[in-house]
Amino acid sequence: MIHVPPQAHDHFSQAAAERRDFAAIAQWIAPGAKVLDLGCGDGSLLGYLRDTRNVSGYGVEKDDVNVLACVKNGINVIQMNLEEGLAGFEAQSFDVVILSQTLQAMYNTERIVQEMLRVGKEAIVTFPNFGFWKHRLQLIGGNMPVSDNLPYQWYDTPNVHLCTISDFDNYCHQHHITVRERLVITEGKTIHLFPNILGSLAMYRCGLGG
Amino acid sequence: MQDSSSVGIVAPQTAHFSEPLALKSGAVLPAYDLVYETYGTLNVDKSNAVLVCHALSGNHHVAGKYHENDKNPGWWDNMIGPGKPLDTNKYFVIGLNNLGGCHGSTGPSSINPATGKPWGSAFPLVTVDDWVKTQARLADHLGIAAFAAIVGGSLGGMQALQWTLTFPDRVKNALVIAAAPSLTAQNIAFNEVARQAIITDPDFYDGDYYAQEVVPWRGLRIARMLGHITYLSDDAMGAKFGRKMRSGDIKYSFDVEFEMESYLRYQGDKFAESFDANTYLRMTRALDYFDPAGDYDGNLSAALAKAKADFLIVSFTSDWRFSPARSREIVKALLDNERNVTYAELTAAHGHDAFLMPDQHYHDIVRAYLENAE
Repeated sequence: MIHVPPQAHDHFSQAAAERRDFAAIAQWIAPGAKVLDLGCGDGSLLGYLRDTRNVSGYGVEKDDVNVLACVKNGINVIQMNLEEGLAGFEAQSFDVVILSQTLQAMYNTERIVQEMLRVGKEAIVTFPNFGFWKHRLQLIGGNMPVSDNLPYQWYDTPNVHLCTISDFDNYCHQHHITVRERLVITEGKTIHLFPNILGSLAMYRCGLGG
Repeated sequence: MQDSSSVGIVAPQTAHFSEPLALKSGAVLPAYDLVYETYGTLNVDKSNAVLVCHALSGNHHVAGKYHENDKNPGWWDNMIGPGKPLDTNKYFVIGLNNLGGCHGSTGPSSINPATGKPWGSAFPLVTVDDWVKTQARLADHLGIAAFAAIVGGSLGGMQALQWTLTFPDRVKNALVIAAAPSLTAQNIAFNEVARQAIITDPDFYDGDYYAQEVVPWRGLRIARMLGHITYLSDDAMGAKFGRKMRSGDIKYSFDVEFEMESYLRYQGDKFAESFDANTYLRMTRALDYFDPAGDYDGNLSAALAKAKADFLIVSFTSDWRFSPARSREIVKALLDNERNVTYAELTAAHGHDAFLMPDQHYHDIVRAYLENAE
């Protein structure tokens, strides 16, 4: 069972869905773990993990506004561009490396998960499922999908490598990445049936080997 | 007019230290003075002190003015004051002139009590480690057991970093700005050209020019001109001067024809009038010698294992003298030691000098960090 903070039950707002996302990540992380959060934004996930799981660690972020927000939030942040890899981090120096809804906006997508598993013992990757039924419907209707998880128009989207749950499963298989756990959620609810159609957000806990 | 964000009118103070100081070079200074300024109020438990370390040509006059109509406030006045990023409403800020300087602290131009004449060439070479030890004695003098933060840019950043290694329990936060864990060969080369300009000046007299009542101003001027080129970026120079001519036409002469030349000569002249060449030589050597990883087979992570402070590391994209890559080396070593560290790589056009510029985002980062600092 996933521990969900009480306020997340109130309504299925975007904020609540995000908290559900955070809560799901938190339950995959051991208390006191050392965490690296790639594309950490304003540091709110790390702040949440610090408060709920007593983790230590760092965020990685390239955007000035987000770096400043992290400093204001008291989050350790390293300003750098993920596309250049994680050469500044020693092998196996983190318990968990997180890539939360950033995979689809990266150019060097193929390498990043393997880099995460070089630096961390485990990787948590989350991404919007392009195969979600609402996206499929919009495509059938003749338009690029726009949704809560993909809130951009085709001409202003930062997303360059969108994939479906099935695609990511195949990617992991081809790259010898073991999926240790997978969770698919839509508006805060766990999806068990037809996840690649009914799931809006996919979350993976990955490692190398068994 | 009263500027509410200025620390206002300030005055330097002098502390005398009569306990002999053993320097890294092996030389011993029997006694010395350090001149310093303070801004803000030291709190009752003396836990809000911040030390600002100066760079190559800096001094103790970090903020404020000496009189009402003073047009030249302290060198980091845009950073320090009431409500400024380093907020004197919260912190008690100390600036000092480093040992070997030429603005009031004991240095080559001071009188050597043993001879009654200026020290000149007899003044020993000082290192970043030596400075940190003297700064700690100043802290003792002021009753400060530990600094809330030590802040410095360039050579000042090296001192902030060294503090965390020499006195890990006496510094809670180190703000290491536009610095490097050591100089590159290219940096040492620039310093050597500067030194050669001074040393080969006919008025240098092996460093004992005071007795001749001359100064090697030509050498010092050239050294400063060279320095200025390296502190700016090509883009910043291009934007400021480009190929602008003073009078529009080429004169086929070696007079000042380009605005760039005019600026360099002006900066060189101004500096050569006010700075001591022997101090300049020693400051550049302190830069050359700084290398905390040197005692650890070049392993910076091992060298920084002693540090207990939290760190803010800042670099500027156009700084080619102390490039972001060098700051990233420090960050990497701190990550290896699991220190609390934040690294901001700021987009800036001004080159190395960017650390002195009043850039909004830069100041926001420093302000936010210091607001959260404990």
